[in-house]
Amino acid sequence: MSGFRLETGGRVDRGQSVQFSFDGKTYQGFAGDTLASALLANGVTLFGRSFKYHRPRGVMAAGSEEPNALISVDRGAGRFTPNLRATNVEIHAGLNAFSQNRWPSLKRDFGAINDRLGMFFPAGFYNKTFMWPRSFWEKLYEPAIRKMAGLGDAPTAEDPDTYASTYAHCDLLIVGAGPAGIDTALEVMGSNKRIFLIDEQDELGGGALADPSLWPWLERSRKALIDAPNVTILARTTAFGYYHDNFIGAVQRLTDHSPDNSDSPREKLWRIRAGEVVLAQGAIERPLVFDGNDTPGVMLSSAAKVFANRYGVAVGRSVALMAAHDSGWHDVFALAKAGVGIKAIIDVRKDVDSALTQEADRLDIKVYLNHSVTGVNGRHQVTSIQICNNGDNLSARMDCDTLLMAGGWTPSVHLWSHSKGSLAWRDDIGAYVPDQPNENVRCAGACSGDWDFGSGAIIDVLPTLKDQSRIKAFVDFQNDVTAKDIKLAVREGFRSIEHIKRYTTNGMATDQGKTSNLNGLQIASTALAKPVTDIGLTSFRPPYTPQTFGALAGHAKGALFQPTRTTNIDGWADENGAVFELVAQWRRARYFPKMGEDMHAAVNRECVAVRSSLGIFDASTLGKIEVVGPDAAEFLNRMYTNPWKALEPGRCRYGLLLKEDGFITDDGVSARLAPDRFHLTTTTGGAARVLNMMEDYLQTEWPDLDVWLTSTTEQYAVIALQGPNARKLLEPLVDGIDLSADAFPHMAIREGTICGIPTRLFRVSFTGELGFEINVPTAYGRALWERLMAEGARYNITPYGTEAMHVLRAEKGFIIVGQDTDGTVTPFDAGLDWAVGKKKPDFVGKRSMARPDIVASGRKQLVGLLTDDPNVVLEEGAQIVADPRQPIPMTMIGHVTSSYWSEALGRSIALALVAGGQGMMGDTLYIPMPGKTHEAKVSGMVFYDAEGARLHV
Amino acid sequence: MILIHCPYCDEKRPEIEFANAGQAHVARPLDPSSQSDEEWEAYLFIRANPRGRHHERWRHVHGCGRFFNAVRDTVTDKFETTYKAGEPRR
Repeated sequence: MSGFRLETGGRVDRGQSVQFSFDGKTYQGFAGDTLASALLANGVTLFGRSFKYHRPRGVMAAGSEEPNALISVDRGAGRFTPNLRATNVEIHAGLNAFSQNRWPSLKRDFGAINDRLGMFFPAGFYNKTFMWPRSFWEKLYEPAIRKMAGLGDAPTAEDPDTYASTYAHCDLLIVGAGPAGIDTALEVMGSNKRIFLIDEQDELGGGALADPSLWPWLERSRKALIDAPNVTILARTTAFGYYHDNFIGAVQRLTDHSPDNSDSPREKLWRIRAGEVVLAQGAIERPLVFDGNDTPGVMLSSAAKVFANRYGVAVGRSVALMAAHDSGWHDVFALAKAGVGIKAIIDVRKDVDSALTQEADRLDIKVYLNHSVTGVNGRHQVTSIQICNNGDNLSARMDCDTLLMAGGWTPSVHLWSHSKGSLAWRDDIGAYVPDQPNENVRCAGACSGDWDFGSGAIIDVLPTLKDQSRIKAFVDFQNDVTAKDIKLAVREGFRSIEHIKRYTTNGMATDQGKTSNLNGLQIASTALAKPVTDIGLTSFRPPYTPQTFGALAGHAKGALFQPTRTTNIDGWADENGAVFELVAQWRRARYFPKMGEDMHAAVNRECVAVRSSLGIFDASTLGKIEVVGPDAAEFLNRMYTNPWKALEPGRCRYGLLLKEDGFITDDGVSARLAPDRFHLTTTTGGAARVLNMMEDYLQTEWPDLDVWLTSTTEQYAVIALQGPNARKLLEPLVDGIDLSADAFPHMAIREGTICGIPTRLFRVSFTGELGFEINVPTAYGRALWERLMAEGARYNITPYGTEAMHVLRAEKGFIIVGQDTDGTVTPFDAGLDWAVGKKKPDFVGKRSMARPDIVASGRKQLVGLLTDDPNVVLEEGAQIVADPRQPIPMTMIGHVTSSYWSEALGRSIALALVAGGQGMMGDTLYIPMPGKTHEAKVSGMVFYDAEGARLHV
Repeated sequence: MILIHCPYCDEKRPEIEFANAGQAHVARPLDPSSQSDEEWEAYLFIRANPRGRHHERWRHVHGCGRFFNAVRDTVTDKFETTYKAGEPRR
């Protein structure tokens, strides 16, 4: 025996030595080892420090239920993973692992002082103690507590790894590839069903991996399944959640165990829709509750068997068993067979099956029935235990280096419960088992409560002579919850297990109570003198084990987090130095700075160009809907506030769209191309919402109307030409359209060609200047733009962005829905009475315009604001008050919605929503901003060319 | 993720293809102007919030685009049935 490695046995590859490091020290293990088995083989017993008391902790389990041995793995820059279970981490060359929650070192941990002060840290300690003063919580108490009590450090660098994800469909999904899962797969394998068999471990086999007598069967079965074309086997894959309609989320770990493949994705998220699910997740052994049960060297008896038979590691040289269940005896017999020295079997029961005692005799193992372990000596490693005869209370000390616990079994009903299957309590095993399914699912093997582990006594806390209030008998090892804490919660009046759980934090750690929930329930049940079934059961929630955010996010990060929509002209803007902004999902040019210009200078130059000569603007993102059919005009008449039926083909109209509650939801200019055909435009962000709303009314309220709606947003590139020279530029390029003012007035549409490209040419303006919006098939957008730029050079054509567009429209008092309105603004509030068809009997939102709240006085209304100091540009969103001398908190009567520097006017302008604002023209209002309260006079909303002389030319 | 049966496509599809559109069978009054404030308030704002069977509208927005009605149990989140718009309440 070398260290604690057994001479023979186990499934590790003894020919392949692996070097790894833990807390900076180098160790050797074998291929096939976990970090836990390899360190145990090297005689390491101390793995970490506990959450609250900083108590030394070792390994308690051998699988994903491990609560104590949490470690961090560092795979290089940005690749730091905390809170991994050492029992799940496969070793490989170069593995770099660290213990957690200790300072300055694992062996000398300053925080261990908490353990001595334990009596001052009962359940609810934080809530009771750190109450006052209130302001101390955020700045002092919480940061200090978080530093002291905690798990591993959160990674700070951006994760450089990639993660894959996929959808899969199958007829049968089997979760868990232990004997029950494998048997199920073998039974169905011959059918034509598509079968998925998934298991969280690196090898198939589950419990069979720790039972050498089953290895030949396992090898045959595994080969048969691998050869079966209809069976997909996913190892290292954790089914973490069970969702509606047999939808299972699973994460497959691809490279953490073999960093040579680090070019591939690290993990893969599987979203599996299964016709039928078989859960074969097995069962988890329950610890026993007694003083010192968390000392390194105290572990589950089943875990000791796994370490011996699967990894060829002896967990100790002198091993005692504390049993309340037959299974522990079988484990110890297996250990003895594997060559592990067994000191004694202590069983809390008075009688056990005589076959067990005979076998113990045969193996020369000393047996103590009706005894308890009442204490554990040793700090970083068990050195001896105290055992007590529960009949005569005589106590004795027994030397040993390891103590196994066999407290019975808890079926793993986690996924079953995610699926909302009901549970039934079984007194004989002291556990909940699956009862009625809620999906097409069943359980097979130990997770259904069927096992051949023998029987046991259900015991909440081991009998002891000690003062119960002075012992530390752990229930939840990861959150440092003791039996005493749960009893305290009951004494303080908590009755439901849901409340007891939250007060004590039992079962709320990263292991979600895999080893603690049932013990906690039993202790609460005894303390309340009520049957377990009367105090409830806490909910099981995904994930079964912690999963990385990377796996859940998959590709959806960075540029791929959501799509960025670009126009056909976007590339030109990019090449010509545009600064972009996102509008809804569209990337839009905000301004085009020339060398040395800041945004302010660029926007001023762009605005001046439009007002003095010619600007060009990419308006392709405008939402567009083609409305076609004999009832198209009738439909629009019902949807919009304006009248549409009399609109002649070839003319445009500004449309205002309300929701049924009377508030503005969208606007846009629309054109009638023919009696039965309209070209609608919507706001950039509102396109999908408007189409959805129109479809809703058309399909469900007025299905009798013969109308078809088609989104054409992406079918047209739209180039706005705005400025006094717009017509001059267009005239030589357009065929089939008379551009003269009489033939083609403002708010008209004509169809023809431009540079040979078919176009729907709008004469419209969002700037107050002579303007055209040229719609061409999307693919021609950039070609036309470049031609216009070339031809327009003689007019100093200037591309402008959304920022200049905003300034220009604000100078004209044109609103932007969603900026100057917020979902509570009516057409009257916005000064758009003229857009409401008073004679129309009905349209969406009309009835609401007569609602008591809408006709009441004092509503917030859109007005203009001119600051007394023309150089002050108010902050958008700034609050407005009537009297700056009133006491704080002041009554706010509105806020600034739009605010810009207007180069055309040589001063600032603003729009604001002000209560009763339309009746305050000329009044002075006050806008408190950081540093100073500004004064402004209420004005009309049109600041520039109020008569519209520049439009009608 | 729930599977929802679209009565127009006659297929069960993942819920991400659908959008909820509020309570079903709330018909817009034929002549809104004749509605009293109370009646209009009830139409606009007052909705059921049942525990159990709930009649809802859904739209197969990333499929056929049609609005349809559904009976969903608000406790179990299970769809009992779906049916075309205009068909009688189930």
